[in-house]
Amino acid sequence: MSALPSYASTGQRAWYYGFRAICGMIFFFLIFPILIIVPLSFNAENFFTFTPEMLALDPAGYSLKHYEDFFTNPDWQQALRNSFAIAPVATLLATVLGTLAAIGLSQSHVPWRSAIMAVLISPMIVPLIISAAGMYFFYSRIGLQGTYLGVVLAHAALGTPFVIITVTATLVGFDRSLVRAAASLGANPVTTFFKVQMPLIVPGVVSGALFAFITSFDEVVVVLFLGSAGQKTLPWQMFTGLREQISPTILAVASLMVAISIALLTVLELLRRRSERLRGLTPS
Amino acid sequence: MTTTDTVSAAAPPADPPPQPQVLTTRDGTPLKVSLARALRREKMRALLLIAPLLLFIVLTFAAPIADMLFRSVENGIVANTLPKTVEALADWDETSGEAPGEPVFAALHADLLIAAEEKTHTRLGSRLNYESSGMSSLFRKTGRRADRMDDALPYKAQFIDIDDDWGDVATWQVLKRFSPELTSGYFLNAVDMQMTTDGVELKPENERIYLFLFARTLFLSLTIMACCLLLGYPIAYLLAALPARTSNLLMILVLLPFWTSLLVRTSAWKVLLQQQGVINDFLVWTGLVSDAGRLVMINNQTGTIIAMTHILLPFMILPLYSVMKTISPSYVRAAKSLGATDWTAFWRVYFPQTVPGIGAGSILVFILSIGYYITPELVGGTSGIFISNRIAYHISSSLNWGLAAALGVLLLAAVLLLFYVYDKIVGIDNVKLG
Amino acid sequence: MTFKTLLLASAATAMMTTGANAIDLTIVSWGGAYSNSQNEAYHKPYMAENPDVTIINDESSNEAVAKLRAMNEAGNVTWDLVDVLASDAIRLCDEGLAMEIDHDEMLAPAPDGTPASKDFGDLIVSDCYIPQIVYSTTFGYRTDVEAWNGKEPDDICDVFDLEAFPGKRALEKRPINNMEWALLCDGVAKEDVYDMLETEEGVNRALAKLGTIKDQTVWWSAGAETPQLLADGEVVMGSTYNGRLFSLIEEQDQPVKMLWDAQVFDLDGWIVPAGLPKERLDAVMKYLRFATDTQRLADQAKYISYGPARDSSAPLVGKHAELGIEMAPHMPTDPANAKNTFLFNYEWWADYRDDLDAKFQAWLAS
Repeated sequence: MSALPSYASTGQRAWYYGFRAICGMIFFFLIFPILIIVPLSFNAENFFTFTPEMLALDPAGYSLKHYEDFFTNPDWQQALRNSFAIAPVATLLATVLGTLAAIGLSQSHVPWRSAIMAVLISPMIVPLIISAAGMYFFYSRIGLQGTYLGVVLAHAALGTPFVIITVTATLVGFDRSLVRAAASLGANPVTTFFKVQMPLIVPGVVSGALFAFITSFDEVVVVLFLGSAGQKTLPWQMFTGLREQISPTILAVASLMVAISIALLTVLELLRRRSERLRGLTPS
Repeated sequence: MTTTDTVSAAAPPADPPPQPQVLTTRDGTPLKVSLARALRREKMRALLLIAPLLLFIVLTFAAPIADMLFRSVENGIVANTLPKTVEALADWDETSGEAPGEPVFAALHADLLIAAEEKTHTRLGSRLNYESSGMSSLFRKTGRRADRMDDALPYKAQFIDIDDDWGDVATWQVLKRFSPELTSGYFLNAVDMQMTTDGVELKPENERIYLFLFARTLFLSLTIMACCLLLGYPIAYLLAALPARTSNLLMILVLLPFWTSLLVRTSAWKVLLQQQGVINDFLVWTGLVSDAGRLVMINNQTGTIIAMTHILLPFMILPLYSVMKTISPSYVRAAKSLGATDWTAFWRVYFPQTVPGIGAGSILVFILSIGYYITPELVGGTSGIFISNRIAYHISSSLNWGLAAALGVLLLAAVLLLFYVYDKIVGIDNVKLG
Repeated sequence: MTFKTLLLASAATAMMTTGANAIDLTIVSWGGAYSNSQNEAYHKPYMAENPDVTIINDESSNEAVAKLRAMNEAGNVTWDLVDVLASDAIRLCDEGLAMEIDHDEMLAPAPDGTPASKDFGDLIVSDCYIPQIVYSTTFGYRTDVEAWNGKEPDDICDVFDLEAFPGKRALEKRPINNMEWALLCDGVAKEDVYDMLETEEGVNRALAKLGTIKDQTVWWSAGAETPQLLADGEVVMGSTYNGRLFSLIEEQDQPVKMLWDAQVFDLDGWIVPAGLPKERLDAVMKYLRFATDTQRLADQAKYISYGPARDSSAPLVGKHAELGIEMAPHMPTDPANAKNTFLFNYEWWADYRDDLDAKFQAWLAS
């Protein structure tokens, strides 16, 4: 596939370019819906489509008013604050617990390993609506429904599988002789952990934390059931906005969130490269 | 992990033991014992590291799921509210065709007096109303008048005087049928069945909805899975075949949607697909459709399929890609050099090697899609909704939590079964992210 | 250790956000224009009179029934007063989640001394309920539909007449109201509608009638959808709450008119959650006595076109606070609008809601 040989027949040539055209269209399908909302969010009118002024690239067709609405509307601001009050705490909880467990799981002798793994990974597998239903029923019984703590605990639980998976992945490639080398040079286990192991698994921990963060930051089903008006997050506000009064402010929020995703993606890519370099692989 | 202790235990080759028949460590402990001890210590340490999270997940996640299982069969309300009546009803033959006699009514009166005092009778009415319409007002009405009954006169006549339904055998059959502490009623409801005196049977045709919704959830999920495979396979193939530099760049086009909020993508589709939206505007502009004939692509199955295919596509591409990446190009080259055409080389040599990737991606997409709630709710209209939407409805609108739990348990069972298959094919440990 | 401090820290934050001041009143309502009208007519004057009281608005009325049940299970009710529809109030009362009210003792009499229970009259549909407003679910239609050749619908049955009034309709995604309208237009007399709906035949007739417009119908689940659909021209007529249509017509100046025929009256009002501690209950009851008196209910109509629930408030309804137009002609209860109304039977729906909902959804899905 890499390059078309000079002896290729017409059919092969047609297929080569045809295939690339098809792939181009699929890539377009993947990326177009996400990019299209960015220009639409600058619409000067309250429409969800391009106005004639916008198509003519007339500056009068564009405005920042939907962004202004987002930054001044108390409902959106409250939602933004709630999102940032919930996600970091849930992330911290998920990352600390998840990292410890991943280190534990990567030991060579762990009793009932696969059973434990299945339980720990389950929040990722069970459909959100079922997690939400179960948590709603159970948290109602113990008084956590409609509380900040309830939402944080739920989000942390949903985020831990990602931390486990990413940290375990970095530990799989971990060369055990490094630990033995450290020990033979007189380092105690704690020093060995912080000086040898920790720097190597940090990329895994950070990307796990990013996953946990985005899980909480994007989560809407569980918070919809578990939260009360005091925990209304950004996705919740977007959900009610989409279901009821569709205001173009949603597009402004969506554009900002796309920017956040791009930032996250960049950080992850950098981490991946760093991790590979540290482990002596050439970055691909 | 290795400690200094085990290091010395693992060092014998350099340090031959004094007694050749029993290997010991330097302090004289037999090697076997020392190793066992080290192993035990290692196991303990691993478990200690895992314990906090395990406890956390059990409390915050597994307990809620267990609670849901319990709610789907729990039915203590009848026996708790009307304990004497339930006891008295035990002797009544529900197939007799006659309402029970005076003792049962006397028990009911005694129970209702207490229940009305505690205001639990209307609650029971709401519960039984799920099984038989009219129970709600029957209990509300009767509870209001229970304390005004004349103790000297027969209760049966007085109850029937309040509402004829008390003289109806059907009322009592429902009461008796749902008096046990545990019930299968919610599960039967969840598969469009009901309990009658003749046993379990399907509900009348115009009330069957859940089997239909389950079937539709499966059908839509399969369609979405097929669409994802169709679109994902060429992309994964291209990414695996291109040189690393280019494929890494193109990979961003797959990862960006993956990292973008679900609601952002759903709103994008809502904007694009509506009748006054970008796609319709474009089609009208090109003249492909007339202004009056704008396509209806949202609030129906089409909307759900398009939006969810887009949302789940990265989950198909990533596992496919990771499998294809490991396939050595030399097999295809060998096939071609032996005279195979491009198609034969692909179909007979390359494709079979990608089957594990297809299996992994398909099951992953399928599992994710059958539990979806948000996207169908926003773009599905009436024909594009899933069973999850009905579960949400029963939790927050109809308050029939037992039925919601039963539907949830059925859905969960389906997912776990699929996941078991996934584990057999791919293994949980091989789940990769990003 | 980290886990513990974290838990403590989050618990502390949680406590800070919920607050625990004795004179904070958490009042749950619908948000948007409706909450605004309550804020102007009730909350602001009350807080001005009682500077020690802070009213916290919680916009959760939509999920009030489910959330109240969850709070009740946990034995931790954080709401003081909840604004709900009549059918939800009945349900909450049945479930023991709302407190029973002695209307005459707890609420202010009318200015002429008529006790509250008489002043509210039949609108007290549940022992737990204190009605505030009468609203109606009715139709709005676009006035610029060319295919109608200048005709305008003036009869509820025009909704089912695709010949004379082609175009898409918006109806609510639930059986309530739709089933009644369908039977009325299928020739059932108004007083027989509920008896008919109790029978299998009646349900089938109603669904068959709805079936004639099924493929021309957009089904909505939130009250704001119909105005949006009408404004975008995606539908030519649709049912929604009359206040939403008022703001579409009068405030947003859209080419839409009201079809008042066979409007279905419904109520919105307060319930007090069951099991409030004494001091909170006293604070709530003090507020309630103020906020449901004759003048306050009349004041609310300045901000939104819903009719006050007290008889004695009707003559006091004045002009719209911003637009300056007389509000009386926009009230669903205005004699000109209420020529033909349909009485909604709450008790009946409490019994048949689950059953009909299953049938309706099955019909909708097929």
